[in-house]
Amino acid sequence: MAGSTLASATAESKPGGAAARASGVSPWAEAWRRFRRHKLAVASLVVLALMVLLVVLGPSLWKVAINDIDFSARLQSPSMAHPLGTDDLGQDLFARMLYGGRISLAVGLAAMMMSICVGVAVGAVAGISRGSVDAALMWLTDLFLSLPQLPLLLLVIYLFRERLKSVFGPEVGVFLLIVVVIGAFRWMPVARLVRAQFFSLREKEFVEAARALGASTARQVVRHILPNALGPVIVAGTIDVAAAIIAESTLSFLGLGFPPDIPTWGRLLFDAKDHMDIAAHWALFPGAAIFLTVLTINFVGDGLRDALDPRKVL
Amino acid sequence: MGSYILRRLMIALPSLLGISVVLFTVLALAPGDPFEELATNPNVPAEVRLLLRAKFGLDDPIWERYVRWLMAMLHGDWGFSFISRVDVDQLILQRIPATLAVIGASQILALAVALPVGVLSAVRPYSWFDRIASTMAFIGFSLPTFFTGILLILVFSIKLDWLPFVFRADISATGWAWWWEQTKQSIMPITVLGLFQGASWTRYVRSAVLDVVRLDYVNTARSKGLAERAVILKHVVRNALIPVVTLVALQMPAVFGGAIVTEQIFRIPGIGSLLIDAILRNDTPVIMAVTFVFSCLVILFNLIADLLYGWLDPRISYR
Amino acid sequence: MQEREIHALIEQVRSGELPRRAFIQRLVGVGLSAPMASMLLMHHGIAQTQQAFSYKPTKRGGGGALRVLWWQGATLLQPHFANGTKDQEGSRIFYEPLACWDTEGNLVPILAAEIPSRENGGLSADGRSVTWKLKRGVNWHDGQAFTADDCVFTWEYAKDPATAAVTNGVYKDVKVDKIDSHTIKVTFNKPTPFWATAFVAAEGMVIPKHLFGPYIGGKSRDAPNNLKPVGTGPYKFVDFKPGDMVRGEINTNYHMPNRPHFDSIEMKGGGDATSAARAVLQTGEYDYAWNLQVEDEVLRRMEDSGKGQVFIVPSGDIEFIQLNPTDPVTEIDGERSHPKSKHFAFSDPAVREAMSLLADRKSIQEFIYGRTGIATSNFLNNPPRYRSPNTKLDFNIDRANQLLEAAGWKKAADGIREKAGKKLRFVYQTSVNSLRQKEQAVVKQGCQKAGIDLELKSVTASVFFSSDVANPDTYGKFYADMQMYTTTMTQPDPERFMDQYTSWEVASKANKWQGRNITRWTSEEYDKLFHQAEAELDPVKRTAMFIAMNDLPVKANIVLPLISRPRVRGVSLKLTTQLTGWDLDLSMLFNWFRSA
Repeated sequence: MAGSTLASATAESKPGGAAARASGVSPWAEAWRRFRRHKLAVASLVVLALMVLLVVLGPSLWKVAINDIDFSARLQSPSMAHPLGTDDLGQDLFARMLYGGRISLAVGLAAMMMSICVGVAVGAVAGISRGSVDAALMWLTDLFLSLPQLPLLLLVIYLFRERLKSVFGPEVGVFLLIVVVIGAFRWMPVARLVRAQFFSLREKEFVEAARALGASTARQVVRHILPNALGPVIVAGTIDVAAAIIAESTLSFLGLGFPPDIPTWGRLLFDAKDHMDIAAHWALFPGAAIFLTVLTINFVGDGLRDALDPRKVL
Repeated sequence: MGSYILRRLMIALPSLLGISVVLFTVLALAPGDPFEELATNPNVPAEVRLLLRAKFGLDDPIWERYVRWLMAMLHGDWGFSFISRVDVDQLILQRIPATLAVIGASQILALAVALPVGVLSAVRPYSWFDRIASTMAFIGFSLPTFFTGILLILVFSIKLDWLPFVFRADISATGWAWWWEQTKQSIMPITVLGLFQGASWTRYVRSAVLDVVRLDYVNTARSKGLAERAVILKHVVRNALIPVVTLVALQMPAVFGGAIVTEQIFRIPGIGSLLIDAILRNDTPVIMAVTFVFSCLVILFNLIADLLYGWLDPRISYR
Repeated sequence: MQEREIHALIEQVRSGELPRRAFIQRLVGVGLSAPMASMLLMHHGIAQTQQAFSYKPTKRGGGGALRVLWWQGATLLQPHFANGTKDQEGSRIFYEPLACWDTEGNLVPILAAEIPSRENGGLSADGRSVTWKLKRGVNWHDGQAFTADDCVFTWEYAKDPATAAVTNGVYKDVKVDKIDSHTIKVTFNKPTPFWATAFVAAEGMVIPKHLFGPYIGGKSRDAPNNLKPVGTGPYKFVDFKPGDMVRGEINTNYHMPNRPHFDSIEMKGGGDATSAARAVLQTGEYDYAWNLQVEDEVLRRMEDSGKGQVFIVPSGDIEFIQLNPTDPVTEIDGERSHPKSKHFAFSDPAVREAMSLLADRKSIQEFIYGRTGIATSNFLNNPPRYRSPNTKLDFNIDRANQLLEAAGWKKAADGIREKAGKKLRFVYQTSVNSLRQKEQAVVKQGCQKAGIDLELKSVTASVFFSSDVANPDTYGKFYADMQMYTTTMTQPDPERFMDQYTSWEVASKANKWQGRNITRWTSEEYDKLFHQAEAELDPVKRTAMFIAMNDLPVKANIVLPLISRPRVRGVSLKLTTQLTGWDLDLSMLFNWFRSA
């Protein structure tokens, strides 16, 4: 179970740690320092930052158009002119991946953040309170779990698309809609996982100790229980990013997401699936990009967990 | 504990009712028309179409349709499909065997893979085994099922010609031949689904075990001289199971709901494809029936999970 | 094509100068259907020829199991309740009509003893009635005899509005009388040269009176035989799982000798077109697959496995783009695309003409459709010999630019043309379909080069083609600047389609967007011609009027034909089929056989 006390507090501690504690470094700086010691996490953060930079700046540097149809150059393997090859309309895959990457990364990360935030909030409130609040929140969770996604999607999009478009503009409006819609269907497992963690954590000695010292419920939750409950949340986060990127392509396939000519990674994978036997490159690169995103987020999450985990003394 | 169970069961009924109201309203408001194909057919005069709509009560106000549906349900009449005019319960029952056989088996496969691999990874974190297992897990859930499904078909059905890829629910052989045919056609969909699910479960198991394996009582058990195996199995795993139980409980209703993409690719006549067809054709009775059973299962399994928490961690109390 | 020309062609066929097939092709080329062309000839006394087909098996049965894939599975097996062709095909395994259409537009008798004509007294001189002689010795699957009573009953069943049969429109305006046990007379309320509607083809399947009799009218959906068909067809019903599978076994009492060849038939549903193609062409798990809407080069690759081939069957379907002459953005009285509003760009004929020059049909055909589509620019998808000289200007970006420039649309800094502050930016919608999305991309690129920006939109098919009043994305509402889909033409009598461009059929809020004129285009000339055609009795004059009417929206560039789409089927190399583009795939199922 998470959160029990270590075997021996002094056995693993190092003089540096004790000194830092003694000199009163703020907990955030402390967390950052510990994060930095997790090599894989730092490397992943760098890679992730690079990917974001690439998709943000890339289209202005790599000037090939994303929808330049050139029937003479269909399904070509990577070459100098087309570093990642072309698809079956002769469009350059590198340019398409850069352009679509903005949307895929943005949607993936935003939807994941939304589902994590909502899930943690609901799970924490349900987990710490009991009785009717818990019952009500679990009813809400069960409701969302039962809802069939497609009719609800159609309904939501048909109700809100025009309004959002007129307030935020067409691209941002659709983006918001998609993030909300994808996030809305993925927060429930997170909520239940966090709630389960809370059930076992709130009976622990250190929480009892905090209570005895007069900590308010909110403080108990935020400073004591939540950091220890993050394990499954981080795993859920990594899985949700991949799921969100794929879900966006499913939405677009149903005509509910971005227009069909916007080359998000999930869409590229979907378009490529029938040509896998002769044009493997078409599917390989978007798949690899999604995989890389998932990998980096996972290690960043691992690093975060180690950094915030008060039991582990680095 | 007993009063807790009773209380939960009593709450379950009104909550189920509430869910059914929301479901019904969403379906009634969602755009789409069960008789849309008729609208473009010049052979169908408008009066006939309107008569059809009136016959199925499609133009009545929502609350009236809901009450009608509720009354029928309470009498055991699940209504019949607008599209195929078959009784809904018959439609569902026809599809349960295939769904259980494939989807159910894939969940068992997922669990059978996730538990040992996750535990082993966590016990030796960052070892070669852990690295390979984690990478495979990442690949597993980064790739959508439509992709891996087609990949497997390309390799095993087309290139190697070992396995059929169109699922037949009515194999005419008997005895061992039947089992052989059934296995051959089920391996690919079960693998696709099972590995996809297992990939994410492996990560959760690993994370949960990692949380537990460094704790004081594990060290105590080790220092008492218990074999490593006993330590892992009797102390670590049991305590790490809470997130796993949560996830399995969340996933169980999906066994009934089927897996839409996999069923589509392999043409498995499961409940998932029934549901998606009904949704795309706005066949409300079928959608209501399937989602209602689904929500019953959701409530049931989440209740079981909540009870299991108490058994796994005796400190959790129910007030 | 004028009336005179049609008469001349008919005379050429009569004298033998012009092969019958060429005449039919020519008329199909101007937008008519082969059945209709064939009926024209029949009306003028030119007998039809039977299609050459050699049926090899010398005994009934022994062919093993026939396995067919319909990736939209049948959901019911009652032809008069059919929701679309998949249900009709499923029913067609068991039920039969009196006659069906073959690929050349000839009528093939099935339950009829012979095709009615003037010579054999089947067609009355005043064109108001048809007498069908029914085949003798035909039994239903349960052993009862098939008689004229069943035909009369089918008519009563379908015409009753309380039955809510989808074939109602075919039977409600006719009267069917029993002359004797194997003769019926169908009477129309006005002279009808195109008489082959009742009891013919998909809407003509006859149902048994002794089983459906008690279930006419309001009780129609309670009939147990709705799910357990008993027909006269080559296969008897065994099992049905809606949306998944239909199974039949050989009918040993079938009324045609040595037929059917197969011992059983299994029709599997579900999945998508590409995997259906794979199952027939690459793994050979199935013998036949319906409607392979797949890119041609993918199909070609699959054919390389050597297990199956792709059959292209000509039919009358055309994919086209509609331009909206009304304003889809401004709301007037709670209605967008109001018939009285005007589109800021498409009400200018120069812009419409420019648009017609910006779709690269040739590339679309060559690289997207391949064999499965034929570029067409004027509903004139005829063979090269007959192509009109105007089609040279098919895809001409320079000319489009010139037209727009001359009409006052000047390129702004961002490359998009504008006039009086309005930019040429259009929303272009269609249903979700990978081939269609590719077409959209090609058209978008063409337009970009002329300074027009297109925003692509794709809507789920079940929503796009629905008639839901509340939904803004249906094709009936046309809340976009341009939209694209395929129109099919199966009936011999085109009057049902001619009303698509009449002014009183304009789809609007007043008629809940059920009006059939979706483009909201009106023209006095068209309305005049329509009224004339309604009153015209001479079929050739009527045909000429139809052709003239068809040309009007195309010449006005409100409707831009893109690709004519034949039917694409996947067939195993060992299987011999008899397919037609003018009726159901399974209409001649009795003639299918497998060679060793």
